[in-house]
Amino acid sequence: MRETREATQAIVIEHLVKRFPRAQSNAVDDITLCVRHGETFGLLGPNGAGKTTTIGILTTLTLPTSGRATVGGIDVVADPIGAKQRIAVVPQRNNLDRSLRVGEILTYHAAYHGVARRERAARASALLAEFGLAERSKQKLGWLSGGLEQRVMLARALMHEPEVLFLDEPTNNLDPQARLFLWERLRALKERGVTVVLTTHDMEEADRLCERIAIMDQGRLLALDTPAGLKRLVPGGTMLELRLRAPDAVVAGRAMEDGATRGPRDRFTRSLGNLPGVTRIEPLVDQAANDGPPATLGFRLYASDDAGNLLASAAQVVLAEHAELLDLRFAPPSLEDVFIHLTGRKLRS
Amino acid sequence: MSAGSLATQKLEFHARNNARAALTAFLAIVRRDLLVTRREAITLAVQMLAQPLFFLFVFGKVLPTIGAASPGFSTLLLPGVVALTVFVTTLQGPSVELARDLGFTREIEDRLLAPLPIALVAVEKLLLSAMRGFLAGALVFPLAYWVLGDSYQVRTDLLGVLISLMVLVALVGAAVGLVLAAVAPIQLLPLIFALVLTPLVFTGCTFYPWASLGAIKWFQVLTLFNPLTYAAEGMRYTMIPPAHGLAPRTLGIGWVVLALSGAFILCLGGGVRLFHRRVVS
Repeated sequence: MRETREATQAIVIEHLVKRFPRAQSNAVDDITLCVRHGETFGLLGPNGAGKTTTIGILTTLTLPTSGRATVGGIDVVADPIGAKQRIAVVPQRNNLDRSLRVGEILTYHAAYHGVARRERAARASALLAEFGLAERSKQKLGWLSGGLEQRVMLARALMHEPEVLFLDEPTNNLDPQARLFLWERLRALKERGVTVVLTTHDMEEADRLCERIAIMDQGRLLALDTPAGLKRLVPGGTMLELRLRAPDAVVAGRAMEDGATRGPRDRFTRSLGNLPGVTRIEPLVDQAANDGPPATLGFRLYASDDAGNLLASAAQVVLAEHAELLDLRFAPPSLEDVFIHLTGRKLRS
Repeated sequence: MSAGSLATQKLEFHARNNARAALTAFLAIVRRDLLVTRREAITLAVQMLAQPLFFLFVFGKVLPTIGAASPGFSTLLLPGVVALTVFVTTLQGPSVELARDLGFTREIEDRLLAPLPIALVAVEKLLLSAMRGFLAGALVFPLAYWVLGDSYQVRTDLLGVLISLMVLVALVGAAVGLVLAAVAPIQLLPLIFALVLTPLVFTGCTFYPWASLGAIKWFQVLTLFNPLTYAAEGMRYTMIPPAHGLAPRTLGIGWVVLALSGAFILCLGGGVRLFHRRVVS
């Protein structure tokens, strides 16, 4: 009898540890978490954080060193066959069956999972149509692009109507259009009550899709909360973003004065960074900032407390330098900031 | 069911009994492999039969005709070629496919994630490969009839034993292939084949009967460690017609069956374990 959490949670992980043979440290290091039914749950972290290993354990092809994990109330180590009936996996690497045609990839997958013949034909044609693959049903895979192959993998995963869908870095290497398509499909799955667990190192993706996010690093679980809750972890969480344009005259004149090596960017970095309350300053790198003269510069200021004063004094610095203030606003912390706060490192470093 | 209803329908999961789910998955995987085999039938047949064709032509036809081999040689040779074809085909089948799947395309993952024990995925590969090897061996007979003409001499009164023995040889070859696939990364496979296959073929009593090796005792003993020796000798036992009322001298059929069964059980057990270790980390 499972009257406990297992019955109400889609996934329960308790003190999960995985150490690979001859490894220096644990790939997954004492992780405990639950995923609710119907939740879209993100595992966020850099490469080597242990996300894929965690997914590997939950999908039965990696055995934990210690701890336990259940999917749909089924212990993945004690009853892998029961667990495999309940899950579907969209892996990081294309593992589509190259000997079969697109339609067959779906129907054979469903057959492995015991879907009746008539039902699997109906589901395959419905999913192929829904995913814009109807015309490719009879094609071999060699003809498909990476984005389309990803669609086939997702369609295949849905053929046996899994209780929990795992996606490992689903949008890695996808073009923006394919990414949007996937995000749309994942939201539709949520409507249908499918529990989705995805790993990603894409902040935007995690922020947009996931109801809750577990931040992992070096096998450990650093934080687990809603995206909003995670952002509240950043202390003195005020950030000011400002964009300005240094007029040509100013750029030229000051450049001579300060010597050719130092441009307006450095000068503003110094004067803004020295404002009282500013703990850190970062240049904003984007298209607008690199688009040639008249130079548009962007900065992000991290402030400790009195943000109101900072807003005024930052504006004064810009005006005092005869630069044109283009934009000045408070920015909420991003998940990237949360990660930097938790680890002291950038996610993609 | 329309696309609309599928997209909006709430999912409700129904679990099935594990044993039933495993059986269903196993049969579906067999169907998948049968489909793929059928599609590649011509390529496979050419691959499997090119070697026996040339063996039969050169050793069975050319050499006796030019006097380099005695006229009766083809009768001794044919059972060896059947054994070799079955054995090598089955050995290469799972090893090449599995090594490619495990190391490169990962396309077997969908079957590993199907609701059946990992061991059954390996066993299925083995059975399908054995089936293909058996068919290849069966095709050698019409091929030999065509190439050897009048020299084609096979007794038919032990047909039942012959077929059973071919099945057993196919199973042994497939099990050895499974072991090779599980231990060898794909980059090493050509090397493994060079190191394993060539000695296996030439110490396997394929082109000479075991009893005739009495003159080179150490080599005769060495050949007893090669499963192909038992396969070839068993084929001779069931295929060579008695001359002047005397059956050909071969290894006893009891020893043949015992050795092949032992090799099968050993390689099956080892292969499945190694396969499991390779795919579940």
